[in-house]
Amino acid sequence: MSATLLAVQTLNGLQLGILLFLIAAGLTLVFGVMDFINLAHGVQYMLGAYLAVTGYSLTGTFWGALLFGMLGALVVGLVLELLVFRHLYDRDHLDQVLATFGIILFLNEAVRTIWGSTPLTLPMPDLLSGSFELMDGLLYPVYRIALIVAGLVVAAVLYLLVTRTRAGMLVRAGATNAPMVAALGVDIRRLFMLVFGFGTMLAGFAGILAAPILVVEPGMGDNLLILAFVVIVIGGIGSIRGAFIAALIVGLVDTLGRGFATDIAKLVMSPSAANGVGPAIASMLIYLLMAAVLFFRPTGLFPARGG
Amino acid sequence: MKRMFTAAVAAAALGLTGMAAQAESLKIGFLATLSGPPAALGEHMRDGFLLGVKQAGGKLGGLDTEVLVVDDELKPDAALTKVRGLIERDQVDMLAGIVFSNVMMAVYKPIIDAEKIFVGGNAGPSPIAGKACSPYFFTTSYQNDQNHEAMGKYAEDAGYKRMVIMAPNYQAGKDSLAGFKRYFKGEIVDEMYTQLGQLDFSSELTKIAAAKPDAVFVFMPGGMGVNLVKQYAQAGLSSQVPFLSAFTVDETTLPATQETALGLLSGAQWAPNLDNEANKAFVAAFEEEYGYVPSIYASQGYDAARLIDGAVKKAGGKADKAKLMAAMKEAPFESVRGDFSFNTNHFPIQDVYVVKAVKREDGKYATETVEKVFDDKIDAYVGECGMN
Repeated sequence: MSATLLAVQTLNGLQLGILLFLIAAGLTLVFGVMDFINLAHGVQYMLGAYLAVTGYSLTGTFWGALLFGMLGALVVGLVLELLVFRHLYDRDHLDQVLATFGIILFLNEAVRTIWGSTPLTLPMPDLLSGSFELMDGLLYPVYRIALIVAGLVVAAVLYLLVTRTRAGMLVRAGATNAPMVAALGVDIRRLFMLVFGFGTMLAGFAGILAAPILVVEPGMGDNLLILAFVVIVIGGIGSIRGAFIAALIVGLVDTLGRGFATDIAKLVMSPSAANGVGPAIASMLIYLLMAAVLFFRPTGLFPARGG
Repeated sequence: MKRMFTAAVAAAALGLTGMAAQAESLKIGFLATLSGPPAALGEHMRDGFLLGVKQAGGKLGGLDTEVLVVDDELKPDAALTKVRGLIERDQVDMLAGIVFSNVMMAVYKPIIDAEKIFVGGNAGPSPIAGKACSPYFFTTSYQNDQNHEAMGKYAEDAGYKRMVIMAPNYQAGKDSLAGFKRYFKGEIVDEMYTQLGQLDFSSELTKIAAAKPDAVFVFMPGGMGVNLVKQYAQAGLSSQVPFLSAFTVDETTLPATQETALGLLSGAQWAPNLDNEANKAFVAAFEEEYGYVPSIYASQGYDAARLIDGAVKKAGGKADKAKLMAAMKEAPFESVRGDFSFNTNHFPIQDVYVVKAVKREDGKYATETVEKVFDDKIDAYVGECGMN
């Protein structure tokens, strides 16, 4: 195992982490700020990707697709908020889980009906389609670097929005004591709607950015949703900073685990046994990590609220 | 049209159209995975089958044919409930279809126990080819190991000495790599098992680039394959390390992988460009009817309908089941894959090819035969089957 290999795998891990952060950011915002469990976040991610594919066939450019996908995701998010979610804010978590699970089923089928079940693709923008040699025989696409940059920008913007702006202050206040904020003359419903719309757009944005590397297919968000929940639980629910750091940790642990677990297992057992044990351990690692974090710090690494 | 059809199926499934089967009609229960991410496979197989029925004027073997298409949801328990409904309530004459082996293993025994003729459209798990073979079961697909074995032999014949092989960490993945290794005798530098549903393969690709093998072999069905193929190309590996696969690069995934998959090699018993009359007619009719390029799943579904058509004709109806089964065994139809006959375990004896992903002149992506790897391939389990 050379130092180069380790460095490359670390970069791979960071990049997966950034992708996870893009998905988890919207989820943690809605979950933490509004105390609302939105299982439909994964399908909103999927919807962003699908709308971008349509946007690409309309405009013929990635940037047109990006714009179309984000606006489309925002509109769908606001419509869903108006029709479904706003009636659930005061209900308990179980009702929210049931209703948003229903939306997963509905939207997955709707996507299949509209776009068909054959996987689709979104081409990379020409500007970012180059690559450079990372190590002997392995190219690293410039697009992945762009993805990392986009993730960092989103993290910075979110952090500033929530901690440094008036809207962010109201959002935090609304999360702590909604009736009090309402009594002070702030339209809390509208505020929540904005947060929700923004969260949806973030999910759509993540879907669009992921589409050139990953497959666009019905149900593509379902697996990622689980990972996103792992991230926000580790990071501390509602904390943007926590989500960012936890996403990087999860990305690193998962990638390095997949990269080296089998090789490490081979040191202590026969190769064929290692081939069985290595992948099993690698796939458990992030859940073990989550269990450990929950045991030692039940509110996550960076709890958003006191207590 | 599709929606109407779905509605009709739903209505049939609910028993709303529970008309008594008339003596001279044929009722077939067709099971396919039509929801969830792998639904494309089921849709291809179903469309192929329904095209076969349509071309026979809606009368397979001259009998008015009603096909009840049922979604198995890729859930063995749900499939079992639906199969019981088809057999007991709908009183179907035969069953056909099934994409995935785990669903196949759940419904196989109840169907055989009910003494219904069962024409498999895709899954061919080893027990059914071997110890658990049955006179009621026929398949127009393959035994699961076959296409992996073909790539193993191809890699061996191509003179590759060091290979990395990779599959998802579940039973079919392990069977796949075992099938490959049955014919590839060189060194396996690394045998990687990935998580089912894995999205990002950069860790594995880095290991491949570091190992510098002569070639890689992967079994990565559905969306996982799309992710892998795209990322393999983006990492610049396509031009350095030959990429061999099975059930990874085909007409169900090519619309998503497009250019990134061009030139990649797979093992298959059929490709749209196979040069025989039956196949030319099938591919043209299929593209005309559905507007997309058929995959092996579509070809297998089509052959299943053609097999039933030929056998019912030959047996002069469905009344004498023993006669019908004897007719089935002779495979009285022109398969779109050319040479086709049933072995004693009712699995095909057929040629297996290496196929390559290409962009056709009309701009659509498809696979194309490169060379024949096996002539009249016999599966590895037929010896365990007691039938003759």
